[in-house]
Amino acid sequence: MKQLDWTGTIGTVLDPILIIAGSVLLLAFFAQMISSFIWMPSAEVIGAPVKRNPTDNILIVGKIALYVVVGVVLAYIIGGNLVATESKGIVERIFTQFRPVWLAMLLILALSFLFKSKLGLYGKILDNKLGLIGLCVVMFWVLTAILATGLCIGEYCTTPIVQYDELQQISGMKNKKPGWAVTGEEGKYYLLGGDVLARDVFSRVIVGSRTVLSIAPAATLFAFMVGITLGLPAGYFTGKLDTVLTFIANLVLAFPVILLFYLLVTKDIVETGIPMYLAAVLFLFPLIFLTILLTSKFRTRPGELALYLGISLILGFWVYLGLTFNYDPLGLNIFSMDPNTLNIFVSVVFVNAPTVYRIVRGLVFDIKTRDYVAAAQTRGESPWYIMLWEILPNARGPLIVDFCLRIGYTTILLGTLGFFGLGISSESPDWGMTINEGRKLLSVFLHPAITPAIALMSLVLGLNFLADGLREESLRD
Amino acid sequence: MLTFLMKRFGVMLLTILCLTFIVFWLTNLAPNLERLAKTQANNRMTDEQVVSWLDSRGYNRNIFIKYGEWMGLVPGWTNEINGVQAGRCIRAGETEGPKYCGVLQGDFGFSTVSQEPVSDVINRRLSLTGWLMMCTFLLMVPMALIVGIAAGMREGSKLDRGLSTFSITTTATPEYVSGVIFIAIFTSSAVGLKWFKGTATSAADEITFANFTLPVVTIALYGMGYIARMTRASMAEVMQSQYIRTARLKGVSFKGVVLKHALRNALIAPFTVIMLQFPFLLTGVVIVESLFNYKGFGWTLVQAAGNNDVELLLGCSIIAVIVVLLTQLISDIGYVFLNPRVRVT
Repeated sequence: MKQLDWTGTIGTVLDPILIIAGSVLLLAFFAQMISSFIWMPSAEVIGAPVKRNPTDNILIVGKIALYVVVGVVLAYIIGGNLVATESKGIVERIFTQFRPVWLAMLLILALSFLFKSKLGLYGKILDNKLGLIGLCVVMFWVLTAILATGLCIGEYCTTPIVQYDELQQISGMKNKKPGWAVTGEEGKYYLLGGDVLARDVFSRVIVGSRTVLSIAPAATLFAFMVGITLGLPAGYFTGKLDTVLTFIANLVLAFPVILLFYLLVTKDIVETGIPMYLAAVLFLFPLIFLTILLTSKFRTRPGELALYLGISLILGFWVYLGLTFNYDPLGLNIFSMDPNTLNIFVSVVFVNAPTVYRIVRGLVFDIKTRDYVAAAQTRGESPWYIMLWEILPNARGPLIVDFCLRIGYTTILLGTLGFFGLGISSESPDWGMTINEGRKLLSVFLHPAITPAIALMSLVLGLNFLADGLREESLRD
Repeated sequence: MLTFLMKRFGVMLLTILCLTFIVFWLTNLAPNLERLAKTQANNRMTDEQVVSWLDSRGYNRNIFIKYGEWMGLVPGWTNEINGVQAGRCIRAGETEGPKYCGVLQGDFGFSTVSQEPVSDVINRRLSLTGWLMMCTFLLMVPMALIVGIAAGMREGSKLDRGLSTFSITTTATPEYVSGVIFIAIFTSSAVGLKWFKGTATSAADEITFANFTLPVVTIALYGMGYIARMTRASMAEVMQSQYIRTARLKGVSFKGVVLKHALRNALIAPFTVIMLQFPFLLTGVVIVESLFNYKGFGWTLVQAAGNNDVELLLGCSIIAVIVVLLTQLISDIGYVFLNPRVRVT
C-alpha cells in the first residue's frame, strides 16, 4: 500500500451517514435562520398555540442530524482506536495517535461532571452547550501540547502523539500527499503528508501547539498583571495619575500593531538590549502586584506579612532574574528564555497591556460607586485594600471572560508574527510560520498550509466559545 | 464644542509627535543603521567604512537633531561626499537645495529603496489601499449590521444562536487563516474550483470580480464579526427598554417596532465600533496585501520595514497614526451628534 485512503473499513459504513447527516445539518441550519423570520419557533412564543410550524419541523430535523453527526464522529474516535491497524485509514490513524489525549480528556470530563456542583463557575460551564464545546476544544489542545512527545512519570511514559521529530527530513517525502507511505519504513505513513522540506506535517502541527500554548497564556497573564496594577489606581484615584497613564495607554494603542512588531521583533533589536529593558520593567509588575496584594491584606498582622511576603518575593525575584536577565544565582537555570522568545513575549505583553488597563479602569469606575466600597471606606480600610480585596474580586466576571478572549487574540498575534517570519527561528514548527511557508505552493499542495491554519482556527474558536459560555453563565447569577 | 475640539487636537498632535519620535528612534538604532549602510552601499564593508559612510551622510548625530531635521525645524545637513556637494535637502544630481526640508515643509524625505520621494510612493500606494478599504467597508458594514440586528432583535432565539455562532467564528479566523483557506478552495488546481485569482497584483491596474473578491472578503469577514456582536448587544439592550415594550403593548407590529423604534437607537453604539475598526483593519490590510501580493500601503509598509527604508517607514507610520487618531476623533464627535443624551464638557 503506497497511499492510505482518508477512511478505512469502518468508513465504508460511516462515511455515507456522515455526508448525508452533515449536509442535512447544514441545510437545516440555514433553513431555520431564514424561516424563523417568518414563523417564530413555538418554544419561544409564550402562550402561543402548540401547533408545530415549519420552523419547528426544521429545528427537529436539524437536531436529529446534529446528534447523528456527533455520533458518527464519536464512532470514528472509538472505532478508530479499536479496529485492526491494517484496516485503518488516515482519520482512524490520527485518532489513534491522539489516544492519550482522549483518555486524559475522558478522565478530566468525568471528574468534572462528578463534582460539578462544587466547582463554581467552571462547573456551570459544563451546563452550557457552547461553553462545553469550547472547553473540550481548548482542553484537547492543551493536553496535546502537554502529551505531544510523551509525558513520563517515573518509569511509565505515555505514547507520544507525534510520529517523527518535527525537524526530521525523510528523503522522497517532499510535498507528498496525506497518507503517503514513508520510504524505507514498513507500515509507517505521513498521516497529513510531507512539507516542502520532506518533514511530517502532522508531527509539526502537534509540536507547534507547544509554542503557542506556552507563550499565549503566560503573556496574557503578564499583560493582565500590568493592566490590573496600573488600571486599579487610575480608576480609583483618577486625577493626574489617570490622565498620564491613559495618555500612555492610548499612545501604545494608536500604534499600528504590525508596525510595532516590525520595529520591535527583529534580531537586530535583541542586540541593543531593548527587549531586555522592556522585560525588566514589565515583569516587575507581577512582583509589585503581589507585594501590594499581601501588604494590604496582612497590614495589621506583621508576623504573617513578613512570612508570606518574604517567601513570595524571594521566589518571585528568582524567577524574575531568570526570565529577564537569564541570570540565576543558584545556577539551576530552570527559568530562562532564549532572547528571541523573550522578545516575542515582551512585545505581546506590551501590545495587550493597554487594552487590559482600559478595561480594568472602566470596571473600577463602575464598581467604586457601590455600597460595599463606601462601607469599606467608612471602616477606614486603606485604598489599596479596597482596590485589591473589594473591587477586584467583584470585577472578576468580565475579567475572566476577557482573559479567555485575549488568549485567543494573543494566539492570533503570535500567528501574525510567525506569518511575517518575525522573531522566530526559521526551523520552528510555529503555526503562523508554517502557514507562511506553505502558502507559497498553495495552488498545488494544500496540506502543508491548511493543516496549521485549521489547528489555529480551532484553538481560537474554542477559546471564543469558552469565553462566550463563561459570559452567559456569569451573567446568569 | 470648540474647546473640546481644540483639546482633542492638542492631544492628537502630542501623540503624533511622541509616536513619530519613537519610530524615528527605533529605526535609527545602531544595528538598523549598519544594515542600512550595508544594503545601500556594499554588503562587505568593514566596520570603519560603515562608520564613515554613516558619518558622511549625517546618520551618526544626536537623535534630536536628526528628528528636528526630519520635522523641518533644524536646517538639513550638508557635506561633501567624493567631491560632490550633498545634503539632506539636496537631491541627487543637484548642487543646491532649500535650507529646511522636513514634514513641516511638506517634504517627507526620500525613499532609499525605490529611489523616489516618499510622498510619491505613499500617494500611489495609499490610493490602491483606499480602493481595497472602500470595497471592504461596502461589504462589511451592511452585512455586519444586518447580522447584528437580526441576532439582537430576539435575544436568545434560535436565529440569535445561529448568527452569534457565525460571528464568533469569523472573529476567530484571522486573515492569514481565512485567506489561505479561500485561496486553497477557490483558486488552487488541487481543489479545481478556479473561480477567483489567487493574487490581486493585476487589481492595481484594473479591478475585476475575479482578482478583488478574495482579498475584500478575507478582510471583511474578520472585521465583520466584531461589529456584528456589538450591534447585537446594542440591539438586545434597546429591545428590552421601556419604550419598545410600550410600543408593543400599544399594538405596533414586531416588524414596525424593529424598523421604526429600535433600529435608530440601536445603531449609535455600532457607529463608534465601525470607526474604531479602521486601525484594526490596518493589520488586516498588511496581511492581506502580502498574502495576495496587492501592492498597496500595507505591502509598502512591509517592504519599508524589511529593508529599513527609514524615511518611507516614518512616512507610513505617520499616515497610519493619523488615520487611527482621526477615526477616534470622528467617532467621539459623531457619538455626540447621534446621541443627544451625551454632552461634551
